[in-house]
Amino acid sequence: MHSMAGCAARIDPFHVMPEQVTNKSRRKFNFLDSIEKPTEWFIRLCGWSSIIGIAAIFLFIFKEAAPMLPRLDWLTFFTSPRWIPNPAPGNPASFGALALLAGTFTTTFIALIIAVPVGLGAAVYISEFAKGKVKETLKVVIELLAAIPSIVWGFIGLMVLGPLIKTVFTAAPGSWWGHVMVILHLASAETGAAQGTNLLTGGVILALMSVPVIVSLSEDALRAVPDSFREAALALGANPWETVRRVLFPAARNGLLAACMLGMGRAVGETMAVLLATGHNNRIPAALTDPVRTMTATIAAEMGETVFGDPHYRVLFILGIVLFVITCSINVASDLIIKGVKKANKA
Amino acid sequence: MIHGKPHIEFRDVCAFYGSKQVLRNVTFTVPRHSVIGVIGPANSGKTTMLKTINRTLDFIGGARFTGQVLIDGENVADFRDPNELRRRIGMVFPLPVGLPLTIYENVAYAPRRRGVTAKNELDEIVERCLRQSVLWDEVKDRLQMLGTRLSGGQQQRLTLARALSLSPEILCLDEFSIAIDPVTTMRIEDVLKELRKSMTIVLVTNLVQQARRLADNTLFLWRGEVIELSPTEIAFSDKPKDKRTYDYVNGIFG
Amino acid sequence: MNTAPVSNPFAPTQFERRKFRRANLNKWIMFGFCAVLVIPLIAILVDIFVKAAPVLSLDYLWLNPANKGKEGGLWAPLVGTFYLVIGSLIFVAPVGILAAIYLNEYAKEGILNRVIGIAVTSLAGVPSIVHGLFGLGAFVLVMLPAVNSVIANPNDRATKWQAGLLTASLTVAVMNLPVIIASAREALGGVPQSFREACWNLGATRWQTIRTIVLPNSLSGILTGVILTISRAAGETAPILFTGVTFFKFVADTGWEKVFPYNPGEPFMAMSMHLNIISNQISQMPEGMKYGSAAVLIGLILFVNSFAIILRVWLRGRKRW
Repeated sequence: MHSMAGCAARIDPFHVMPEQVTNKSRRKFNFLDSIEKPTEWFIRLCGWSSIIGIAAIFLFIFKEAAPMLPRLDWLTFFTSPRWIPNPAPGNPASFGALALLAGTFTTTFIALIIAVPVGLGAAVYISEFAKGKVKETLKVVIELLAAIPSIVWGFIGLMVLGPLIKTVFTAAPGSWWGHVMVILHLASAETGAAQGTNLLTGGVILALMSVPVIVSLSEDALRAVPDSFREAALALGANPWETVRRVLFPAARNGLLAACMLGMGRAVGETMAVLLATGHNNRIPAALTDPVRTMTATIAAEMGETVFGDPHYRVLFILGIVLFVITCSINVASDLIIKGVKKANKA
Repeated sequence: MIHGKPHIEFRDVCAFYGSKQVLRNVTFTVPRHSVIGVIGPANSGKTTMLKTINRTLDFIGGARFTGQVLIDGENVADFRDPNELRRRIGMVFPLPVGLPLTIYENVAYAPRRRGVTAKNELDEIVERCLRQSVLWDEVKDRLQMLGTRLSGGQQQRLTLARALSLSPEILCLDEFSIAIDPVTTMRIEDVLKELRKSMTIVLVTNLVQQARRLADNTLFLWRGEVIELSPTEIAFSDKPKDKRTYDYVNGIFG
Repeated sequence: MNTAPVSNPFAPTQFERRKFRRANLNKWIMFGFCAVLVIPLIAILVDIFVKAAPVLSLDYLWLNPANKGKEGGLWAPLVGTFYLVIGSLIFVAPVGILAAIYLNEYAKEGILNRVIGIAVTSLAGVPSIVHGLFGLGAFVLVMLPAVNSVIANPNDRATKWQAGLLTASLTVAVMNLPVIIASAREALGGVPQSFREACWNLGATRWQTIRTIVLPNSLSGILTGVILTISRAAGETAPILFTGVTFFKFVADTGWEKVFPYNPGEPFMAMSMHLNIISNQISQMPEGMKYGSAAVLIGLILFVNSFAIILRVWLRGRKRW
């Protein structure tokens, strides 16, 4: 800049050099500018990538499942718990996925019973009550919860939580504690909690996995409520809790609902954690500590044993389609709910 | 028209945001090297009018305009590369925007994009533009500071410097003095009087006296309609063409 | 004198007091929910690391697993995970970032933009195991034969590429696409619109504006997203289950072979798969080895994530506008 300050005197601020940098002046070649058109096309193509991706997923899974679609006994598939993929003498093959569906939905249900109140409560606390360091710490912890891989959650269920649950729920058959548990459908009559990996363990683990989803999305929804709402409520003499319950919850209702739905989506689609933590037993659970088996875990466990192209292989892809359809509808529905809110707020 | 072909010409321009019409059959001409003052209450389509000139209206979702805007007889809608057009037109909007670059790079931004790379050439442009926008004395020792760290008024002058960096033939100023103190405003107005020797200036302002001081012609825009376009002396006289102009200029209606 | 007791007209009524107590109680209940998340998490992590402590050592990271993972260390799966992460990033980072640029900078409000938005959310919700099925159906069964028809010698099985790093990386890349799109989009959205408009008014093209203003100012945010993708890719098991991971693959103990043990057309080992098998499928696995590999995987993820957190804190302190 020194040279500039030196030559300042001879520059007349009002002297405009018309040919200096007008649009007609010469243009030096710039490589990055020259690739503008191809880059834009490439960017456009990448913009489409998610559509291509989702279409490809559906297409390829459908392609593998297709030959089996007309041949599958759909009634059995949805109403029978008999899942016998490898026929044996006296034991004909049967693809009844009822128990698998039951496993998926019961674990998800238990996960949601735990995760929704905990998640919403934590989100409200973080967004409305926590301040400074506490808030930051909690956010980091939630993030870490989200970062822990599903296989590690499975490991935790198998090695840490499972033994704990087994200890708590096991009682001598006939003892009063055993009776209580049978009556409450906590444990089955014969064995108590026969093993640590069961419906409850899986549900708790799934709850821990969907909590971060629920918390972070609910927090977004709460943050989206304008501060003027809070101020108005507080000015009317509502205490913070009343503000939350009477003002924020109604205002953020759709966002909170969407958060819970996405949490549910995560629970339905989770694989490795439930593979390790639910006990992997193909039956419709009668008690909270019965081992179950989910659709995802079935695919993960059995795909390796199948022969390419045989009915078992194709039925696993059909299970994949069912999962894909369930989770996609959950996601699209929650997306519509959130977007609906945005539109309403704009108008 | 003393200068022959008008520099800017609006023919029946209507602009819409979605279904809302903001400009209604705006028609006027601006001779070369003159200053046109555009006055009018808020929300009367002044900014939209500027955005049709350099086609930045394209960037607003749902916005479109009909009719013709001619620059030197060329329809802006016919420019194959609207960026060519934008380089010929300097634009200053009311909100000061310092780009997150150094002050030097802020001013050198547009010339660099035009392929000017020589250091001395850029130095000259930067100094000329900063002097023209009356910012040079304040920042000449800290040209490497971030432009976003300047005060609002300084950033506004930086925006003006940037707009001048391509030596545009048309300079559009949209309430440029909003964040600038009166003394500096007067100095910039002096500069504008000099600049009109080399460019046509469209001065949108809500300070009617500013239009009176600078403009050759004054256009009164109200609810998207041109109410009056006459030489400034007439527009600010006791008997403008339209009674409403008198009322507005004298603060009787708003 | 008449001395009526002076009562404070602003004193809370019985009703208000009760309400206040309830509100306070509710606040503590919500705090309790947070505690329910934090305390067990810490307890579990401490438990895992304590039980893993006996086996944790540098050798544990450096040695290859031996005797079905009952002895030795974790080198081979660690390297496999590393290459899996790199491989998937090569595919997903450019595509995802460019897709975010498209959505944030080019796409106009409209049907197409909406459809892409829904596609991104749907893709984010696809279960990981379904991604695995997709990888099997698309990359292993369709792409690999095509690749082999070009590069492999039809008479020599050994030259054929199998399901391995390439197919697994592609699968994980597809899976992480929505993650990186969402985070990069957020970073791009953090750059004020006024900067873009200022550039456009100067006649800078969209591409020039993106290159010179938008990207340099959102780079660290994008990087945070990339780091989160890394941590996600490192932990995933289900998508790679059928697309190239294996429980055991011989890896040399010394030399270059140890550092570059897998070629893209060969099955590879990965931390997540290793943990899956040794915690569940192999009898008489020493407890220490199970907890050890879990601890290493958790440590790895936390290590990567802490980078993202540090980057974000640094970023907040360094706002340029």
